[in-house]
Amino acid sequence: MKGGEAVIKSLTDQGVDVVFGYPGGVLLPLYDVIYDSDLKHILVRHEQCAAHAADGYARASGKVGVCIGTSGPGATNLITGIATAYMDSSPILAIAGQVATGLIGNDAFQEVDTLGITIPITKHNFQAMKAEDVPQMIKSGFYIAGTGRPGPVVLDLPKDVQEEEFDYNPNLKIDLPGYKPTKKGHPLQIKKAANLILKSKKPVILAGGGIILSESSPELLKFSELIGAPVTTTLMGKGSFPEDHAHAMGMLGMHGRKVANIVVDECDCLIAIGCRFSDRTTGNVEKFASKAKVIHIDVDPAEIGKNIEADVPIVGDAKITISDLIKTITNLKIKAEKEKANPKWMEYIADFKINCTPRLSFEDFPLKPQQVIKEIRESIDYETIVTTDVGQNQMWMAHYFTSKIPRTFLSSGGLGTMGFGFPAAMGAKVALPENDVVAVCGDGGFLMVSQDLATIKEYDIPIVVCVLDNRYLGMVAQWQRLFYDERMSHTHLGEVPDFVKLAEAFGVQGERVERPGEMEETLKKALKSGEPTLIDVIIDPDEILPMVPPGCGLTEIVGEYKVEREVPGEIPYKAPANEKGGD
Amino acid sequence: MKRVVIEMEGKRTHIISALVLNKPGVLQRVAGLFTRRGFNIDNITVGASEKDKFARMTIISQGDEKVLEQITKQLNKLIDVIKVRDLDPESTVKRELCLIKVHAPAERIRSEVIQYASIFRGRIIDVSSENLTIEITGTPDKIDALIDLLRGFGIKEIARTGPTAISRGIKTI
Repeated sequence: MKGGEAVIKSLTDQGVDVVFGYPGGVLLPLYDVIYDSDLKHILVRHEQCAAHAADGYARASGKVGVCIGTSGPGATNLITGIATAYMDSSPILAIAGQVATGLIGNDAFQEVDTLGITIPITKHNFQAMKAEDVPQMIKSGFYIAGTGRPGPVVLDLPKDVQEEEFDYNPNLKIDLPGYKPTKKGHPLQIKKAANLILKSKKPVILAGGGIILSESSPELLKFSELIGAPVTTTLMGKGSFPEDHAHAMGMLGMHGRKVANIVVDECDCLIAIGCRFSDRTTGNVEKFASKAKVIHIDVDPAEIGKNIEADVPIVGDAKITISDLIKTITNLKIKAEKEKANPKWMEYIADFKINCTPRLSFEDFPLKPQQVIKEIRESIDYETIVTTDVGQNQMWMAHYFTSKIPRTFLSSGGLGTMGFGFPAAMGAKVALPENDVVAVCGDGGFLMVSQDLATIKEYDIPIVVCVLDNRYLGMVAQWQRLFYDERMSHTHLGEVPDFVKLAEAFGVQGERVERPGEMEETLKKALKSGEPTLIDVIIDPDEILPMVPPGCGLTEIVGEYKVEREVPGEIPYKAPANEKGGD
Repeated sequence: MKRVVIEMEGKRTHIISALVLNKPGVLQRVAGLFTRRGFNIDNITVGASEKDKFARMTIISQGDEKVLEQITKQLNKLIDVIKVRDLDPESTVKRELCLIKVHAPAERIRSEVIQYASIFRGRIIDVSSENLTIEITGTPDKIDALIDLLRGFGIKEIARTGPTAISRGIKTI
């Protein structure tokens, strides 16, 4: 067998049926094998999109996504996508071509030190120097990427290795003496945590992306109901808890929901599960949950005590640990004969929630993003996968959009990669063709990856891209408005392109939405058509989302927090026609 | 209640011993981790261990307990790192090897240098018409002391390995 054949065999042995890639000089031998293989290869139009698509595939399906790029620029173009996956613990395998082993180190054509460059942004990386390394490395790569705290793995694959003949040995054993992820939390720590929870009067659960990765949403729901604790999530945790549940408070943090930010400040016991206390989640760490004892559950021991000191640290898989906690607490509760948990606390949360439910309905022209998001929500079912880009569009979605099911809200959290939403949606649709997939992007981020409209057309990947078009790099502009005396340095994007025409140039349906009510109609029509569609949504460039300025505590929210004053669904306030320019 | 991770309280020198896979690139992974996470590294030595497959790294680093905890945890996350331990300075033997080339052209100076070397249990390993080369092993303090003594004669070159360490008694990592 040749090295290149071994790559494809090893991938199919791992259950891979689709890869996203872009060929190049050193990948000719591998692509020659792909030509005859049953593996579906999707030719993207930029390697960054291959990595994001593999990432989107992984996040939507829970399986390891695979992307391929050639040596040199192909590999460096993959970097942004790999780093995105690393920051958000998403399992992908990136295969990068490399110059022939004899040329490595000679500054050969399209040579780059892929291994060296990707050390800081991968969970692990490999360089195959012999064809016989390939099966072992791919098998280990999948194991490393998908277990413990997931993350990206890179395989650096020199050209001659792809061509080299070797005897394939089907009896592969994974030999990783330095890799043994902890699964079960320590029973003593679990007991300590259980006692702390039972003693607390105002417990709060903070759910991170780890809940989704370990697929412990059912356990989380049970846990929350058992102990009578409201649940807030991080951005990565969105979807881990049904946001229409009485216990749900929405996202926490810099752009979090008011109720979540204030309740976390008030709580006396914070149970953080599968989260890493990013600065965007905690705000000023000195003021974060200052009255609370912290129980921190994470599969990665390095996350515990890194940003926030934990009173009860538990290293373990979220699913197993929550189940153990439920068992322990149930036993203790029977002994204590304590019936309904924290009724007063939950009543307080319910009242508070009603009083600061953000307002979504606006009849304004130009369109308010809240209204757009409300209409998106009303046009799709809860199984629909939405992806976001990065910036205002992302935070509006995180704040206003209701998610109920894990793996239906995909967003670049840690790295904050503009251009993520569209290719990730592409990957998600390939992973789960039965689900509708909607990407909500900003005009800035979308334009970074717009060339891949060609891919969704060529491969008929019927996703809908909603471009929230305000002609601004909105989030940076928001900061300039709030903190830099409205000196709008290089955040206005100008009047080009015409996104509808851009879509049409690629053979993708283009639609434009400008008025309340149109979004719902257009999106429903687009999804029904089964064709890839771009919807250019012209929104109000002046709308900002209230936020916690950097360095402040989570309760120090600036900007007007518009709340739904009356019954949700009704329009409590209509702006006079002349206030925002009229129509 | 203050729960922030406060740095630099109780900062001290740590000797970290790590058993790692004996293969290319491991040093880069470890050294890169220190730079990237802002941990400082005073010294790092790598060499063979008791098993062919593994190499042993000795890392000397400054920091408080929190920093050390992060260093240990982050090192443990590397797939190529098998085991990591912070060695207790009280029960650890630490040794360094140093080669010193001293300018000693005259007979009288030579015998003086040789005498100093022997007081420090050093050995003369090379002689030329102009220079003497001394080999000395010991704790970094002892080596510093000999170097200070020899400065007056004119040191032409120093090559130090940096300390390597092992715990006393039956404990192993």
